[in-house]
Amino acid sequence: MADNNNSKYVLDIQDVHKVFNKGTINEKVALNGLNLQLNQGDFVTIIGGNGAGKSTSLNAIAGVWPVDQGRILINGNDITSLPEHKRAKYLGRVFQDPMTGTAATMSIEENMALAARRGQVRTLKWGVGRAERENFKEQLATLGLGLEKRMTSKVGLLSGGQRQAITLLMAALKRPDLLLLDEHTAALDPKTAAKVLEISEKIIEEHKLTAMMVTHNMKDAIAHGNRLIMMHEGHIIYDVAGEAKKALQVSDLLHKFEEASGGEFANDRMMLAK
Amino acid sequence: MLSYFASLNPLTLLNSLPGAISQGMVWGVMALGVYITFRLLDFADLTVDGSLAFGAAVCIMMIRSGVPPIVATLVSFFAGAAAGLVTGLLNTLLGIPGILASILTQIALYSINLNVMGKSNQPVSVDNYNLVISLRYVTEDPVKRIIFFVGFTAFLIMLIAILHLYFGTEQGQAIRATGCNPNMARAQGINTNFIKVLTLMISNGLVGIAGGLYGQFQGAADVGMGRGAIVIGLAAVIIGEVLFGKFASKRRLYLVWTLISVVLGAIIYYLVYQFVLWLKMPSEDMKLFSAIVVAVFLAVPYLRDKALQKKGGAK
Repeated sequence: MADNNNSKYVLDIQDVHKVFNKGTINEKVALNGLNLQLNQGDFVTIIGGNGAGKSTSLNAIAGVWPVDQGRILINGNDITSLPEHKRAKYLGRVFQDPMTGTAATMSIEENMALAARRGQVRTLKWGVGRAERENFKEQLATLGLGLEKRMTSKVGLLSGGQRQAITLLMAALKRPDLLLLDEHTAALDPKTAAKVLEISEKIIEEHKLTAMMVTHNMKDAIAHGNRLIMMHEGHIIYDVAGEAKKALQVSDLLHKFEEASGGEFANDRMMLAK
Repeated sequence: MLSYFASLNPLTLLNSLPGAISQGMVWGVMALGVYITFRLLDFADLTVDGSLAFGAAVCIMMIRSGVPPIVATLVSFFAGAAAGLVTGLLNTLLGIPGILASILTQIALYSINLNVMGKSNQPVSVDNYNLVISLRYVTEDPVKRIIFFVGFTAFLIMLIAILHLYFGTEQGQAIRATGCNPNMARAQGINTNFIKVLTLMISNGLVGIAGGLYGQFQGAADVGMGRGAIVIGLAAVIIGEVLFGKFASKRRLYLVWTLISVVLGAIIYYLVYQFVLWLKMPSEDMKLFSAIVVAVFLAVPYLRDKALQKKGGAK
């Protein structure tokens, strides 16, 4: 790996700034001096109010748009100026909207084959190989959703939870350097959300992935991962790991949040638990 | 009224059918190209009006200068692809919205076609050149007619088979993913801009070859021959979908059946066209007719869904 930047971190975000609609009435400071370093195997949960910059951070890493200032490195590779599709080889991504992560008009096996070639040149070889089809089948079977029997079904026919589960498998298929989970359970019913979260945990554990998970659910943020960060107005205001994180209570986080937002608890989506 | 019906001769209609079907088959090639951009890539590409005439102009001028017609026909693919490349670059490199980018290429091609041909119309007679296809093969000689239909059907089958195989490859799947969900495609590392340009080139290449064939078929390249071509292409795609879409969607080889239905859509369009002409509709009103056909077939699925929703809501 081209390690000319001497970063020992899996992810190294250095003083990143992003302003949307600069110079207009809708100007919004989305990221304001974001700094974050992740070690190999870190599983960090991210909380914060609406507009705090949680999803914006993930989009900055994924390269949905260029940042105004700062640097982003993955395992020492400076990806700050790479377009979105070139960063894909480092990243596995799962989105809030279950429709976003898969191609609805294509079959389950075709979607997985697309993910299996993440970061590779698309050749004129047959799209789904026979050997990999068996591999996909085995992996789908581990979800326990019966999807391994529906390999040629169009993904558009599946439920939101099933689609998120497949997107998770797809994201992990090529062992990404970093897994980005952007409120990936928020659009699901509580039971399905719990199941998808359980699958996420299992996949991260099994492949020892480094992961970031944005969530609005404080209980989930405490229960999962080895590190928790709280964002406010485009930067990190609270960062806790290890034993200290394990000891956290929802009330501690609420307190922290009220402190940051000037005592007023205005966000109706920051709910205790579902 | 009675005298109007008395003046309609069913035999004339019957005699005109082979011509209509053969014309529909030639336009079917073009409709396959339109299907690729309109449905698979989800890009409304108006380049085709220009690239059809461009393919014809290049092909006919090459034949007139002594190039074997089969070679000239193949070259018309690359002429069309070049037109697609321009639209693709205008869209992806310069950020011009897709529809506008394609209109710009189309307008530019009008001048280019005039330059290629030197004047607005250049004939190529089947008497002087060994053309790949000609309407006269269909109308004049029963043996040549059979050869035309068998040969052209084989060509269409080969084309559909190639497209089926291509869209099953990694690259073909990248095209389908880009058309279906560009965000997902980028997240999987697909360069969606490159894919767009590539697909526009393939699609317009097919349209170019259709132009080269159609120029030979009607015995001339004309600078205005592509006018409204996109509407005919869309008509073919949509007629095919409305009539055979349900059938195709249940098949395992979904794409093959859909491509077949697109070609059938083009043939049906020309059968109806011929029928309306036979009813003595003035030929200058035919563009109006084409527009109405496309509008009706586009509206049918929408209105049907809306009616179903209403029914569902009342329960």
